[in-house]
Amino acid sequence: MLLRTLSSRRLWLLAIYAALAVVLFCAPLVLSDFRLNLLAKFLAYAIVALGLDLIWGYTGILSLGHGVFFGLGGYAMAMYLKLEASGGKLPDFMDWSGLTALPWFWKPFGSIGFALAAGILLPALLALVLGYVTFRNRIRGVYFTILTQALVIITVTLFVGQQAYTGGTNGVTGYSKLFGYSLASPDTKRWLYFVTVAVLIGAFLLCRFIVKSRFGKVLRAIRDGENRVRFIGYNPAIYQMVAFAISAGLAGVAGMLFVLHVGIISPSMMGIVPSIEMVLWVAIGGRGTLGGAVLGAVLLNSAKSTFSESYPEMWTLFLGALFVVVVVFLPKGAAGLFGSLKGFVRRGKESDERANGVRNPAV
Amino acid sequence: MDVVVLQLFNGISVSSILLLIALGLSVTFGLMKVINMAHGELIMIGAYTAYVVQNLFNSYMPSSLFGWYFVLAIPASFIIAFVFGLVLEMSLIRFLYGRPLDSLLATWGVGLMLQQIARSIFGAPNVGVTSPEWLNGGVTALGGVVFPYKRLFILGLVLVCLIFMYVYIYRSHSGRRMRAVMQNREMAACLGISTRRVDAVTFAIGSGIAGIAGCALTLIGPIGPSIGTYYIVDAFMVVVLGGVGKLVGTVFGAFGIGMSNTLFEYWTTASLGKVLVFLCIVAFLQWKPSGLVAMRSRSLDN
Repeated sequence: MLLRTLSSRRLWLLAIYAALAVVLFCAPLVLSDFRLNLLAKFLAYAIVALGLDLIWGYTGILSLGHGVFFGLGGYAMAMYLKLEASGGKLPDFMDWSGLTALPWFWKPFGSIGFALAAGILLPALLALVLGYVTFRNRIRGVYFTILTQALVIITVTLFVGQQAYTGGTNGVTGYSKLFGYSLASPDTKRWLYFVTVAVLIGAFLLCRFIVKSRFGKVLRAIRDGENRVRFIGYNPAIYQMVAFAISAGLAGVAGMLFVLHVGIISPSMMGIVPSIEMVLWVAIGGRGTLGGAVLGAVLLNSAKSTFSESYPEMWTLFLGALFVVVVVFLPKGAAGLFGSLKGFVRRGKESDERANGVRNPAV
Repeated sequence: MDVVVLQLFNGISVSSILLLIALGLSVTFGLMKVINMAHGELIMIGAYTAYVVQNLFNSYMPSSLFGWYFVLAIPASFIIAFVFGLVLEMSLIRFLYGRPLDSLLATWGVGLMLQQIARSIFGAPNVGVTSPEWLNGGVTALGGVVFPYKRLFILGLVLVCLIFMYVYIYRSHSGRRMRAVMQNREMAACLGISTRRVDAVTFAIGSGIAGIAGCALTLIGPIGPSIGTYYIVDAFMVVVLGGVGKLVGTVFGAFGIGMSNTLFEYWTTASLGKVLVFLCIVAFLQWKPSGLVAMRSRSLDN
């Protein structure tokens, strides 16, 4: 009985996911180029949300530093594009800052393979190091969150301060071509959109695989009772580090895609406010559900772009109020709302318990 | 020699401001495990209160009395921020006890709203507060180094707040109740302490001190809606470094971060200095993961 309901539920879920994927692939047919570009940007954000959900929703560790990982990925891609655009000469902002030769750490970014690898591995490595020095010493919860926030501050000051190497507050912008195709042409944009959808689906499958695996079970166990997991004989620190690194790597991927769509990366995109907004996407969608994270990122950003165009001041107030309402009244987010609605409709069935009882709100 | 004295004085000055901001934080964080990200906005409220008091003096009082507005501004900022804190605790924070990370997110939302409201009332650009006449100038010490009166005044203010906090926490009845709740909430409740009220009052006092900090910041530079965000993360680092729940820890944390910040920035550049301070903090936490002075507790998860 249980098995049968489970499998039919699973079939439904699969059907819904497949339908959503088809919708995403068909979006270019109905959307204008501008809207398509916007959607592509939101889908890139959704990849960050997936990673964040992995570490926050499933492992119970709140990171406010994902802006940094996102930014590192973005800068890796931007450095490649910039070198491509300047065609062997010194990038313009270095020229203005009085540099005469390309800095050594810029040189390898001339190759796309290195840039792509760096965009994923640099954030993951940074996360691994930060995770090593914190989780090993059982610095967790609030302390870890504050440390990640400090990481954001120092990264932003560093990037702003080292203007000659990073472009300062303006960031890195002004690139034109990818593999010889113009980035501005609608055709390239459409292709980039498809790439983003494919990467998003890939990231979703990866996260789903992780969550369903034994590794994912340990992560949830850590979220619900870290010390118990330790007493059973696991070392939570290793699991936390790996989850954090994967999460950071996903943010890096998203940053790379973001640069391709938007054409600029600057320190303001990795600051405190964007980092916290990323957390809100997950909170809105529902932490501990992967679909919710994607949904939250797309929904909130769509709302933001339609809302803030006409009422830029109201948006900030609205965003703040949203934080308060979601955190206090809807700790499970939109997915939780959906779950309790479903439970309300077919009250008394055992599936009700399954839908609601599984997820404790992560601390 | 002059340089050393000057850097030391600068370090102490920065540390004292950090201490003033972190004092309120360590009280709310230590007692209630609430991460109040709106603390920065309470600082802003204090700063704008000083601005309003100044404007009131400007329009309604004879100009000979103008210099004394600051004496009134300090208690006024304390009271206004205190009331704000009380309202915030009653309306929001009390639903979030036991959920520290949630409290962080919710209070960040509150902070965002307060910033926007301030922007609507006072305008987005920074406003200046004229320091009173008697705080201009400074003492010339050995070797021709000038210590500005403003910085010395802030130093004195911090000292007074510190003494007040010490007396309140360690020498008064309500402070004793506060410490009891901090150490063992259930036991304190069993002994008839209204933890509800202790929470509210403590949070309000922490907020009030943030207000004083904001008032002090008006002496240093112009104030704007986002004045609090510059300091808030540093202040949290002070609390993390110093350990939660003891005044001594906060004092050492503030001086550790303030002094090293000034020195590293003097030796390298501003941005590299920040990186070095952060690395030092992380390195220090490897040695003492729960900060310099930690409360001893037998509970497993705290």
